[in-house]
Amino acid sequence: MKKFFLGFALVSLLIAGVLSYFASGDPDGLDKTVEDTGIAAHAQEHPFAGSTFADYALGGDSKFTGLAGALGVIVVLAVSFSLFWFLRKRPDAR
Amino acid sequence: MHMSDGLLNAPVSVAFLVIAAVGVGFALVKARADLDDRTAPMAGLVATFIFAVQMINFPILPGASGHLLGGALAAILVGPYVGALCVTIVLVVQALLFADGGLTALGANVTNMALIGTATGFVVAVALRRLAERGKGGLAAVAFVSAFVNTVVAATGFVVEYAIGGAGGVEIGKVALLMWGLHALIGIGEGLITAATVTSVAAIRPDLVYLLRGSRKPLEVRS
Repeated sequence: MKKFFLGFALVSLLIAGVLSYFASGDPDGLDKTVEDTGIAAHAQEHPFAGSTFADYALGGDSKFTGLAGALGVIVVLAVSFSLFWFLRKRPDAR
Repeated sequence: MHMSDGLLNAPVSVAFLVIAAVGVGFALVKARADLDDRTAPMAGLVATFIFAVQMINFPILPGASGHLLGGALAAILVGPYVGALCVTIVLVVQALLFADGGLTALGANVTNMALIGTATGFVVAVALRRLAERGKGGLAAVAFVSAFVNTVVAATGFVVEYAIGGAGGVEIGKVALLMWGLHALIGIGEGLITAATVTSVAAIRPDLVYLLRGSRKPLEVRS
């Protein structure tokens, strides 16, 4: 049981930390749609566009995409595990 | 499929923030019944996996890519309510930490990917549950189809939102055609990733696959 969960977490860490360097940089389906139709001209800059990890980089340097990805994995795991562990049914409740 | 701020007008953005809040609140209440000491860690890992895989944009056409949305994947593995929460957490972390997806647009993004995507994936998967219980091939087929449909229907969410209150006044037929065409291609990738993930989990821990819970016979995919 422990092994499965550890493996699952490790796979996620490898995907975000290593495989992310091989991701396509082209716009995704929605971005492509708004670019081709001109809707993108109305897009506003993200309020956090200048933040440390904006666009999965470190201070705008995409050399650190893997690091940003690994951080994201840790943050999502911590937030989601905490929420779901808190929400779960406890057999010995009350 | 994360839209930036400004693509939808302010009233529509706010309306979808409210819709998303109600939907996520409902999921929070209903998720409790599906979470225990065994499934809660699994749910955390599903959210984490979706975050990781969403980083991997795969090419679909010259100059266009796509990435996993994860609704069907989450719904099949952890159920619709917990699944919607998984995708929501991913979208919130992406918007706040990585400036990916706008803040006023977060309501519409959660509505499309976490609520519509997960609900659609779940409805299709449940409709095909008999096939999924038949073995590895059946489960892969069900995962593929429900993920494909989840992608196209989630894309339709943006089309509807743009029709109600989009910026720029572009003809809705043009938006719909591009969104559906591109997301039909992305849906194939979504389907392949979902099928590979779900069958891998089922091969090792069939008891952790929500869709297969209560199957009369345990799935034999161990080989």
